[in-house]
Amino acid sequence: MKRMKLVMVGNGMAGVRTIEELLKIAPDLYDITVFGAEPHANYNRILLSPVLAGEMTLTDIMLNDVDWYRQNGISLQLGKKIVKIDRGARKVIAADGTAAEYDRMLLATGSNPFILPIPGAKLEGVLTYRDIQDTNAMIDAAARYRHAVVIGGGLLGLEAANGLKARGMNVTVVHLMEWLMERQLDRTAAGMLQQSLEAKGLNFLLGKQTAEITGGTGGRVKAVKFKDGEEIVADLVVMAVGIRPNTELAEAAGLHCSRGIAVSDTMQTFDPRIYAVGECVAHRGVAYGLVAPLFDMAKVCANHLAHFGIGRYEGSVTSTKLKVTGIDLFSAGDFNGGDGTEDIVLHDTAGGVYKKLVIRDNRIVGGVLYGDTVDSSWYLQLLRDKQDIHEIRDHLMFGQSHLGTSGHQGQNKAAAMSDEMEVCGCNGVCKSAIVKAIKERGLFTLDDVRKHTKASSSCGSCTGLVEQILASIIGGAYQPAESKSKPICGCTDHSHEEVRRTIREQKLLTIPDVIGFMEWRTPNGCASCRPALNYYLLSTWPHEAMDDPQSRFINERAHANIQKDGTYSVVPRMWGGTTSAVELRRIADVVDKYRIPTVKLTGGQRIDLLGVKKQDLPKVWRDLGMPSGHAYAKALRTVKTCVGSEWCRFGVQDSTNMGIALERDLWRMYAPHKVKLAVSGCPRNCGEATIKDVGVIGVDSGWEIYVAGNGGIKAEVAQFLCKVKTREEVLEYAGAFLQLYREQARYLDRTVHYVARVGLDYVKRRIVDDATGRKALYERLQYALSGERDPWQERADGEARHEFEILEV
Amino acid sequence: MGTAAEVLQVDRWVKACRIEDIPRLGARVVKSRHGDIAVFRNAEDEVFALADRCPHKGGPLSQGIVFGRRVACPLHNWAIQLEDGYAAAPDEGCTQHYAVKIEAGEVFLRI
Repeated sequence: MKRMKLVMVGNGMAGVRTIEELLKIAPDLYDITVFGAEPHANYNRILLSPVLAGEMTLTDIMLNDVDWYRQNGISLQLGKKIVKIDRGARKVIAADGTAAEYDRMLLATGSNPFILPIPGAKLEGVLTYRDIQDTNAMIDAAARYRHAVVIGGGLLGLEAANGLKARGMNVTVVHLMEWLMERQLDRTAAGMLQQSLEAKGLNFLLGKQTAEITGGTGGRVKAVKFKDGEEIVADLVVMAVGIRPNTELAEAAGLHCSRGIAVSDTMQTFDPRIYAVGECVAHRGVAYGLVAPLFDMAKVCANHLAHFGIGRYEGSVTSTKLKVTGIDLFSAGDFNGGDGTEDIVLHDTAGGVYKKLVIRDNRIVGGVLYGDTVDSSWYLQLLRDKQDIHEIRDHLMFGQSHLGTSGHQGQNKAAAMSDEMEVCGCNGVCKSAIVKAIKERGLFTLDDVRKHTKASSSCGSCTGLVEQILASIIGGAYQPAESKSKPICGCTDHSHEEVRRTIREQKLLTIPDVIGFMEWRTPNGCASCRPALNYYLLSTWPHEAMDDPQSRFINERAHANIQKDGTYSVVPRMWGGTTSAVELRRIADVVDKYRIPTVKLTGGQRIDLLGVKKQDLPKVWRDLGMPSGHAYAKALRTVKTCVGSEWCRFGVQDSTNMGIALERDLWRMYAPHKVKLAVSGCPRNCGEATIKDVGVIGVDSGWEIYVAGNGGIKAEVAQFLCKVKTREEVLEYAGAFLQLYREQARYLDRTVHYVARVGLDYVKRRIVDDATGRKALYERLQYALSGERDPWQERADGEARHEFEILEV
Repeated sequence: MGTAAEVLQVDRWVKACRIEDIPRLGARVVKSRHGDIAVFRNAEDEVFALADRCPHKGGPLSQGIVFGRRVACPLHNWAIQLEDGYAAAPDEGCTQHYAVKIEAGEVFLRI
């Protein structure tokens, strides 16, 4: 088949990202030609500031070098500026006469810096700050001259000023408005920012309108004059007063433009053969200057270019971070507030911390953080998800952060950490390794950093720190994903919720059904989505959907925990943490017979036999004669108990037998993640019930039920759900809560994550207020568990033999 | 690879099992003079053989989840390509792979 011709005009980050996305999904559809006016291939414009500051070079910031184009069969025409689009003949013509025909065109012409229309704007030594050429000219000037004036106290201007200062120049920032970065900061935050920049040695002139730039002998800039008559010396002037979408070419071709090239939600211009992405476009009247929205556009555009025809770009909520070393600054949404909004403010002048959240109708609509941005991702997520915050209002200001309790030396501010400090305690990744990877490999997302450095890819406890480091380097280009529509994995664009809903509504019963119906991009998913799909199918259609062992992680397939040397560990169930002489003797015999090297008590009041060979597992289980403890599964693990009223002189309730009853009721229950319970016989809480998914605490008049606690990565205290009187009620409430979690949570969410998303109020409405609903939930759980056998017994009886037998040749 | 004496032994086709002995999207472990070999079968009934050691930390690849033409190592989730044993980018490393042929439903390894 003859390929279609795709011509891209402009060779910047948005355009090339579109091509990358296109090649991923339709590598053979087009012959691609790229025209770039600059003499360079695609580089990371976000990192011009470190280049200016002397921390990196052009080679460091290349995203796609010339070889990349060649390897992908793209004809790259560098240094060729397209001057005409002939829509009738469907071809583009470059300044040197080179022409190329197209079936589809992608306009990615970017933006131009705005140049103040004042006398002297064209003098030698007056620059803008936009591309590598500008950057080189500034580096060159810094080596030879002394006085720099930066006009514009916005994001770009401050980064330019910071870079020039780092190169030893005496820098003055001139700003027309009353305070710096007025489009991102309120007056208070801007004042704090100014102070810390002044401490670094920058000078500021605010509320100043530039009237004229005057030249000296030889035509080079000599001074900057203001409207009020004042004048300052300047050997270099950088204009950073804003950008204008570059629409010249599009307008000349008769394409509709208004504050940018007008595009639809499918990134098409008024000529449907011509697409446009990036800073040159106006989508629903908005032009974006940050990288993150441009990448969203790229994804949608590539999808339509590939004829898949799904996905719409519906605009972006953007946020800003300043990439100046040592300054933590974040801003998003409507940070000024106004009618109908209220502010929550925390201001610690001495500590250099300022936080302001703007709330409308119980939802965050904007905010500014200065000095402590550890929670910025969380706030942005709440903002984008439009989540009701009234329940968490009292501690909203103190943040949540994606930061675990341990593993990173108690640090919560990446900026305060030294280069060699360990950020990720699981994978031993230090701060400098993360910084290096982000800069040299051109990483933009948390997933990228996880893939390349492994930081935060294991327990995830340091995610908040990694996000901060990412943001400190690439600034506003780092945007945490909107959590509501986050795809389940790279195989699909569908979210967990969409997948669950579709499985229910279409009554899908197998993984191939889901992958086919929902048009997965991969033939049989991946190691991330398949376990999730298997769980969703089984929890939605118990006794109808068939379990797929090959879509389970090895631990659940082998019903034991794989260890680092490939052996397994075996944890038999001990109801409520109780055992007997008979069981202990059998365990001891098994340890002897199979030469099990390590026997250890677990944190959940059980015994762990470590170092069992896989082929011995069925025999070990047969000899133990005890049921599976599911210590390897996303399922009910343990019900920890204290001694309780049977023996304890303080106990007011029989916690041990309550725990046994709960465990007997709930065992074999698979869930989105592991589930741990505990029961204490009095409020001294020796069972540590307040850090469990469901914690039950006996009081004189009955039982208190707590939910959504967690003792692991990030210690979370369980929240009080309700108080009940009888053992039967405890079983029903606990079971109903867990069934709600089973039906609604995303795979791999613990109860704490689930409840944080839906709110405790919602859980109370479903479990406490609605008696009929509660009973129905509990019945559904019991139906799901009915007839479920002990997996160890089944395998001891010979099931799934191939899993445990080794072949020999 | 084994000792010099073993290396001198000429590789030959050895029957390992029948194709249906390997679960679809799964693997079996075959003990051989080269150590444990993981023999995989994907959804298209293609069969691949790799040394049962992840190039990362030696995890048993036979125990991983198989998808497309890859397996995810059960220890740290590296994705290893079944046809050549290479780790998928950005991870770097490679594990030994062995030639496989299927005749009348029987799986042979060249070892």
